[in-house]
Amino acid sequence: MIKLEHVDKQYRDHHALNDINLTFEANQTTVILGPSGAGKSTLLRSLNLLERPQSGHYQIGAEQVDFSQEIPTKLVLKVRRMTGMVFQSWNLFPHLTIMQNITEGPIHVLNQSKAQAEQKALELLEEVGLADTKDRYPSQLSGGQQQRISICRALAMDPEYILFDEPTSALDPELEAQVLRVLLKLAQQQQSMIVVTHNIEFARRVADKIVFLEDGKIEFEGTVDEFFNHPTQRIHEFLTGMEF
Amino acid sequence: MWDIIVSSTPEIVWAGIKYTIPLAVISFIIGFIIAVFTAIVRITTPKGNPVVLFFWRLLKWFLNFYVWLFRSTPLLVQLFIIFFGLPNAGIQFNAFTAGIITFSLNTGAYCSETIRGAISSIPDSQWEAAYSIGMTHRQVLFRIIFPQALRVALPPLSNSFIGLVKDTSLASSITILEMFMVSQQITAKNYEPLLMYSIVAAVYAVFCTVLTILQHYLEKRMSRYVQVTGE
Repeated sequence: MIKLEHVDKQYRDHHALNDINLTFEANQTTVILGPSGAGKSTLLRSLNLLERPQSGHYQIGAEQVDFSQEIPTKLVLKVRRMTGMVFQSWNLFPHLTIMQNITEGPIHVLNQSKAQAEQKALELLEEVGLADTKDRYPSQLSGGQQQRISICRALAMDPEYILFDEPTSALDPELEAQVLRVLLKLAQQQQSMIVVTHNIEFARRVADKIVFLEDGKIEFEGTVDEFFNHPTQRIHEFLTGMEF
Repeated sequence: MWDIIVSSTPEIVWAGIKYTIPLAVISFIIGFIIAVFTAIVRITTPKGNPVVLFFWRLLKWFLNFYVWLFRSTPLLVQLFIIFFGLPNAGIQFNAFTAGIITFSLNTGAYCSETIRGAISSIPDSQWEAAYSIGMTHRQVLFRIIFPQALRVALPPLSNSFIGLVKDTSLASSITILEMFMVSQQITAKNYEPLLMYSIVAAVYAVFCTVLTILQHYLEKRMSRYVQVTGE
């Protein structure tokens, strides 16, 4: 379980995270929604410690992080191993083959043998239907394929949680569907996931829990049914604002 | 004329093999190591206790000073100070060593800027992606960032290397019997400056052409992962 208490981050003229208190249950898919600039990405990146809030408390499994203190490097690395990250523009390593992209972490961070890492990588590639791309370079693949590979890269580390930072925002609808199908499959396998997205349909169909963020504050936290069928005034505006 | 070409060219090429090439290759290797070290120190700010930070800052300041010094003074003057000047301060090198030291430090100063720029050109998202799978700073730098930066740095590094090969002709002024010095000596005997200096120029050109071909080969090899494809 992930638990955040009083997490706060301020830039000079912008309150990115305003007293965030949240729990993310294991084996569930939590979708974070909200308008641009609401702090969704900042929140997600804080869980991977790519972003450092100034205060608050973060618990993941047995690890405790106090954001008001300097975080020891060892703890940072540990937390990152527990939280895989999938980026909006996938950020694969361009100089490595697909296979190497996926095995880089298992071999050099988890100290797995090459054979073991490659076997796991192949299984993952088959899962996302891209086993035939293993010897190619990222630049030879489409965006949708690269994003599925980056999901494999995150899964190969066997993290407790996978964090998705707008994983389909840079893709056209067809490629987006390829990626969403993978996410749906993961959700059905009870993988713990936290997904920042603008795709309302995905939230409706896949989420176990929805968090709505605005101006760095949690406006709503609850089930899919509550969110769509009994929306607050603000959420109603947000949802109808997307129709045309 | 043909006789002169046939008799003197081997002598000049031999001087090249004996002095020009070793000077250039050894200096470039040492210079490259200095450059990588300098670039990495200059872009890194370590966390840690104040004592470590203080010494790090001191080292940074020293390296900044070094790069400034060697980029702001002529190479010929640097050679003269290290070979003719330092003995007055009780530090004496033979000519070849003095040459290696000067060329290494000079190349290191220029290449450190090349490498620093190349590292900065790799997008932050690459650092983040590597950090996100739990890599340490050192792993990210040497396994993810550096290989990509090297590709970016290859053309300017080749420039520096080719420049260095030609700059070794300045070593003649500190008594090293490299190609240019040999051509001068032959000229003193046969009074054919146009011919002799043209021959030595041609040999330099051949050396540099070989390097250019090597550069293209390396560029191709290192760029095999860069392709333009549609979706």
